Amino acid sequence: MTPRRAAIVAGIIVLIALPFAIGEDYYINIASQILLYAIFALGIDVLIGYAGLVSLGHAGLFGIAAYIIANVLAAGYGHTVAIVAALIGTLIATAGFAAVALRSAGITFIMITLALGEIIWGLAYRWISVTNGDNGISVTTRPMPFGLSLASPRGFYDATLIIFLLAMVAVAIFVHSPLGVALAGTRDQPRRMNALGYHVWMIRFLAFLFSGFLSAVSGILFVYYNEFISPQALALPASAAGVLMVIAGGAGTLLGPVVGSALVVIVQNVVSAYITRWNLMLGAIFVAIVIFMPEGLVPGVRRLVQATRRAAARRWPRAMASRLRSKP
Amino acid sequence: MNFWLLLTINSITFGGLLFLLSSGFSLIFGLMRIPNLTHGSMFMVGAYLGSTFLSGALGFTSDFWVAAILSAIEVAVLGALMERLLLRRLTGQPLAQVLVTLGVSLMVADLCLMGWGGDPISVETPAGLGGFVRAGPAVFPLYRMAIIVIAVVFAIALWLLLERTRLGAMIRAGVDDPQMARVVGIRVSQLFTIVFGLGAGLAGFAGMIGAPILSIYPGLDQDMLPLALVVVILGGTGSLLGSFVGSILIGFIYNFGQALLPELAYFVLFLPMVIVLVVRPQGLFGGQVL
Repeated sequence: MTPRRAAIVAGIIVLIALPFAIGEDYYINIASQILLYAIFALGIDVLIGYAGLVSLGHAGLFGIAAYIIANVLAAGYGHTVAIVAALIGTLIATAGFAAVALRSAGITFIMITLALGEIIWGLAYRWISVTNGDNGISVTTRPMPFGLSLASPRGFYDATLIIFLLAMVAVAIFVHSPLGVALAGTRDQPRRMNALGYHVWMIRFLAFLFSGFLSAVSGILFVYYNEFISPQALALPASAAGVLMVIAGGAGTLLGPVVGSALVVIVQNVVSAYITRWNLMLGAIFVAIVIFMPEGLVPGVRRLVQATRRAAARRWPRAMASRLRSKP
Repeated sequence: MNFWLLLTINSITFGGLLFLLSSGFSLIFGLMRIPNLTHGSMFMVGAYLGSTFLSGALGFTSDFWVAAILSAIEVAVLGALMERLLLRRLTGQPLAQVLVTLGVSLMVADLCLMGWGGDPISVETPAGLGGFVRAGPAVFPLYRMAIIVIAVVFAIALWLLLERTRLGAMIRAGVDDPQMARVVGIRVSQLFTIVFGLGAGLAGFAGMIGAPILSIYPGLDQDMLPLALVVVILGGTGSLLGSFVGSILIGFIYNFGQALLPELAYFVLFLPMVIVLVVRPQGLFGGQVL
């Protein structure tokens, strides 16, 4: 077993054991939030890290899924119908979103996604007959997959963990697949990829769909977790928080969005226990990270570890030399 | 009859406000190649500061126009400071710059909430402009007419600034080809600060003169920023004419949308943007400064 695999297995075991270790419902709920936002951040990372496209409108997609769940349930259908409808509906919305946004790339892409996200927010806010406006919609029940109850924080955490692990695996497979590699190619050298015969637009479009799908999954978990959805969940600060998670953790890594999500959710909960100025903190962290640690925590720490290793090697050249000699 | 006329006037008025907001946004974009996501915040801060000046809380003015100009200057200084202190550190990293403006906009929104509270503040129409002008059966609200006049005056002034002055020529050179402009001795980075301050000041001024119509409330920034974005996407980035035409267009679409389809007003905005992006991705007047 390579150290990498061992670390992954250890990480999964820790995540499974976590509720037993922390015990209190409040903290288990925070862990669930971290995981559900990590799925959201993973979706954004597919675009930022692997496609080089920064979207500031993903909370809109997240919100569409949540609102579909709330509306379908309110219409009297079951959870299965609601979830399927939410996934399909969000995918369709994502396709429209992507078709418009992918007319551009780079900075204009940011502007268009921001405008689209704000338009969805405006709809949620003002289309009162569907969204109930600022008052939001409550969802009173959680689904019971295979007869297991998700009503308790423990049950919900376990379900979120399973979905989170599936999402991680899906993203890992995606980025290492030929499509994912081609996507990274379109990020680094779009013209060259085009010249090589790749359909750059289609590759980006598929990545966008995947990203929107992950946002939908996360939005569904969100609405079941809170049992409530209001326009606030899809306003610009929510999209910004998603992007912050990716950038803080490290774009283009699998672990980065998870670390970023943990950072943002923990800070949000800790801060809101003391002061109500969460957006001020969010903005300040954002500015600080962009200026002082633009590469994000995961690559930053990785670089630090490598630098210390190299420094250690320089300090003990003899030990290193003997280690090198002992190799066949 | 009167309903449609009033709606038309409201649309042009709103378009005028949008022009003051988006012309600065567009200039900043044209020169620095970044969307300034604090632009909505500057609009809101301008309005809040103006209302404070107007209330006479600082003890030296209660005149609307003086308050508007003072708040515009203050917002211009804040904008220039932000460019100097934050964006300057990130030269050559447009993505980082955009994210910094986003972070600052979140902070500003919260600080305004802290400073001025969550209740909407209404600003009275300036003295002498509260009435109406009658022309036959039609009635024209004076203040709205004044805003239209102001917007037109600013449009002409900006055009003259860009077209007829040395500074304008330098800005145009910077928009066209920043590297070449540097080579011939124009200090482009100084232009950044000037244009950023100018754009911020225009946004702040627009915020204050829009306040009697829109009133001031938390979230005003989030209402205005997408409008500026849509105007600029529609009109083409960096183009003064584009932001003028885009503003009037969006003013009409937004106001008519709100009157006829109140629930979907925001969504209706989306249609022209989509059409333009599909047909002409660089915007209606993209690629030219004037």
